[in-house]
Amino acid sequence: MKLAILHELNAERAARRPVILVTDTESGEQRLVKAQDFAKDPLRAELEKQLRMGKSANVEAGGKKLFLNVYAPTAKLVIIGAVHISQALAPLARSLGYDVTVVDPRTAFASPERFPDIPLVADWPDVALPPLNVDPYTAFVAVTHDPKIDDPALLHAFERNCFYIGALGSRKTHAKRGDRLRALGAKESDIARIHAPIGLSIGAVSPSEIAVAIMAEITAVLRLPAKEKEEAA
Amino acid sequence: MLDRDEDILKAAEDWQKAGHGVALATVVETWGSAPRPAGSSLVINDDGTFLGSVSGGCVEGAVVTEAMDVIQSGKPKMLEFGVADETAWNVGLSCGGTIRVFVEKVG
Repeated sequence: MKLAILHELNAERAARRPVILVTDTESGEQRLVKAQDFAKDPLRAELEKQLRMGKSANVEAGGKKLFLNVYAPTAKLVIIGAVHISQALAPLARSLGYDVTVVDPRTAFASPERFPDIPLVADWPDVALPPLNVDPYTAFVAVTHDPKIDDPALLHAFERNCFYIGALGSRKTHAKRGDRLRALGAKESDIARIHAPIGLSIGAVSPSEIAVAIMAEITAVLRLPAKEKEEAA
Repeated sequence: MLDRDEDILKAAEDWQKAGHGVALATVVETWGSAPRPAGSSLVINDDGTFLGSVSGGCVEGAVVTEAMDVIQSGKPKMLEFGVADETAWNVGLSCGGTIRVFVEKVG
């Protein structure tokens, strides 16, 4: 590997931008393709598929044997609300490989006794969120039921273009939330991105079951192609 | 998506910049129950120091030896390791697997 390629690869990874390293395994020739350049690449379909799956693979193209090594950032999950559901959700997400952070300004909720080994930020979203570097490889879940906490957090998630945004509450609750967010200047297209009621519809009752429904929905958004995603929703 | 190899590639760059000969070994194909998925990597320098893993410990020794040749020659190599069931058991793999490892010089 040329040092320039290695240097660029490390820089992209440090910036949490996905890239795929294409290696001709016979000649050793290599090139690095950034996700933003997939659309104009001759291997477009293969690159897009492998990035979505987060899986490296071998392909044959133009008589060459190519290895596509996928470097995708570790997904993050930011949970707004150190509530009962979050106590089940945080360890579950962690077992799926997510870096998890729980944010709740209410110190009685955001206590290490309730969340052993999970990074906690006991502060309001406007203070807590900027240092977390919420980005397109972040799933964002708001479950406090308190508009003072959830609403500003959701505005931040819109701005940072999270791949998944979910919020707890019935359809009625969510309609009211939509009105509030609109009044705060949110775009219709952003409000439409919120998954609410949160989680796949599996009849979840207990906090742990709701956590499973949420992680199933996040997984579907992460892994399914766009069309199948619509069918699953 | 779940990339935990940051330090390995960073080490490859740092070692190369510090004047070491460096090779990178990457799992490019697996069959059976290979313990590390395609894309896993191991970085080796000319002291024989290595970081990372391509097999969870079973073929690292052989890869390091081959990597020394690659650092010398500058020519990439494809290695293939088949782990028979009995051998696999002995080295701690629960059942047999085969892996192909691409070894290349850095720089």
